[in-house]
Amino acid sequence: MNLPKNKTIRSLTSIREEVPKKWYLFGVCITFLLLFLFWGGFSFINIVDEVFLPTPNAVVFSLAHSFGSPEFWEHIGISVYRVFMGFLLACVIGIPLGILAGTFKFAESFILPMSEFIRYMPAAAFIPLIMVWAGIGETAKILVIFIGCFFQLILMVADDTNRISKDLLYASYTLGANRTQVIFKVIIPALLPKLMTTLRLIMGWAWTYLVVAELVAANNGLGYFIMKAQRFLDTESIFVGIIVIGLLGLIIDRAFAIANKKLFPWVEGGN
Amino acid sequence: MVTIVQPKVVVDPVDIEIEISGLSKIYETKNNTFQALEDVSLYVKNEEFVSILGPSGCGKSTILRILAGLEEATSGSVKVAGEEVQGPSVKRGMVFQSYTLFPWLTVRENIEFGLKLKGVSSKERKDISDKYLELVGLERFANSYGKELSGGMKQRVAIARSLANSPEVLLMDEPFGALDAQTKQSMQQLLLDIWKKEKTTIVFITHDIDESIFLSQRIYVMDARPGKIKEEINADLQLFKNGELVEVDRFMKLKKHIITLLKH
Repeated sequence: MNLPKNKTIRSLTSIREEVPKKWYLFGVCITFLLLFLFWGGFSFINIVDEVFLPTPNAVVFSLAHSFGSPEFWEHIGISVYRVFMGFLLACVIGIPLGILAGTFKFAESFILPMSEFIRYMPAAAFIPLIMVWAGIGETAKILVIFIGCFFQLILMVADDTNRISKDLLYASYTLGANRTQVIFKVIIPALLPKLMTTLRLIMGWAWTYLVVAELVAANNGLGYFIMKAQRFLDTESIFVGIIVIGLLGLIIDRAFAIANKKLFPWVEGGN
Repeated sequence: MVTIVQPKVVVDPVDIEIEISGLSKIYETKNNTFQALEDVSLYVKNEEFVSILGPSGCGKSTILRILAGLEEATSGSVKVAGEEVQGPSVKRGMVFQSYTLFPWLTVRENIEFGLKLKGVSSKERKDISDKYLELVGLERFANSYGKELSGGMKQRVAIARSLANSPEVLLMDEPFGALDAQTKQSMQQLLLDIWKKEKTTIVFITHDIDESIFLSQRIYVMDARPGKIKEEINADLQLFKNGELVEVDRFMKLKKHIITLLKH
């Protein structure tokens, strides 16, 4: 038996242990490669009709073409604007409420049960109502994203706040801190790194709701771009729209991760 | 036989720093009540090092938390420096078993935390934190964050952070409970040195018999369910010299006595 080889297999199948970096990279590359291989295989040999599944190179070509057109950048711009407005609105109201609910039991009684209740109502179901109330302008789209993010955000921030060790608060009391100081000098600084992680997740939700909002009533934005492509059976553009949203999400996610590392170098176990 | 258990000495009331009398604590849950402490009375003299020793769940930490003002007594009186305890205060510093460093602050900023709240000027703060960094031997780590420190070092920062506030009393809730044996020993020696230098009154909670004998002048041995004081033991017997056990027989006798006490 080949002993070294055996050792590699043992190390690669060990539960929750680290594996060599090159093997990890190998796994990442192989999945992407396989995806393209299958996609290419199905489309080039025409197992699936080109109308339903365009070839990878057609999509790449279309992507490059889209990036060359100012109109496409306007779609990206308006979508990013909607996502950030909805997200920021949810943050500005949701974060303080979440901190409040995670800090004071009495405040929690006002905030949490209601949020738990509403968060199970699908945000997409609110769209008709929002259209009645706010029309089909920008406000409506931002509101859909807001509703999708807001209640989740409150619950997660409240939970993050609640997880801060009580001993940390007790220690601050014995060091002379009063309640206001405990909130601003202990709870909030302790919360920040977890809050960033939560915001990162919520940002993902915001993109999901963007597409929902734009699929229904819009005449610009990436969701609309996809919708319009569907009408003309332009599957290449549908692919382009989806990939661009994915890329934007990835860029924002990486930005959050880097910011987290830069802003909170003190976090135990890294970020 | 060597008298280990000594008759209660009459203490000059002027010397008394902490006085607890008839302290009871009852926790009420939905369908039953639990008596954590029953009629606990004890005193601690000024500049004295007293341990409260008992099995887990005997309520020894509850006594300390009530002393710190973090919990309220159901009945009885708890006085520190002649004043009834009402809520937490800088006068009573506390070191916890869990690591309670503020992870977003450096070691120095941790030590200065209480001073900053009090509005002490930055120059004065630096002088004080320098002094306590040196006292606990962490000068080199002044600008490190908690994540770079070992468990023992974190507890040294916690001690320094409490002392920087110059409290009248230092309350310690099994501070070395999570440390390995070697670190624990060196921390105990360090604590004794600090106590001798700083002349702080210390109340130390532990379930470790050796630790309580090594550190304290007097030990209150507790009984569980309900938690009450079983016996007060004078442990200031000079059994150790420079941290080494020199009076093995007397130490063993005292230890055996406490073991029997804890077994009933």
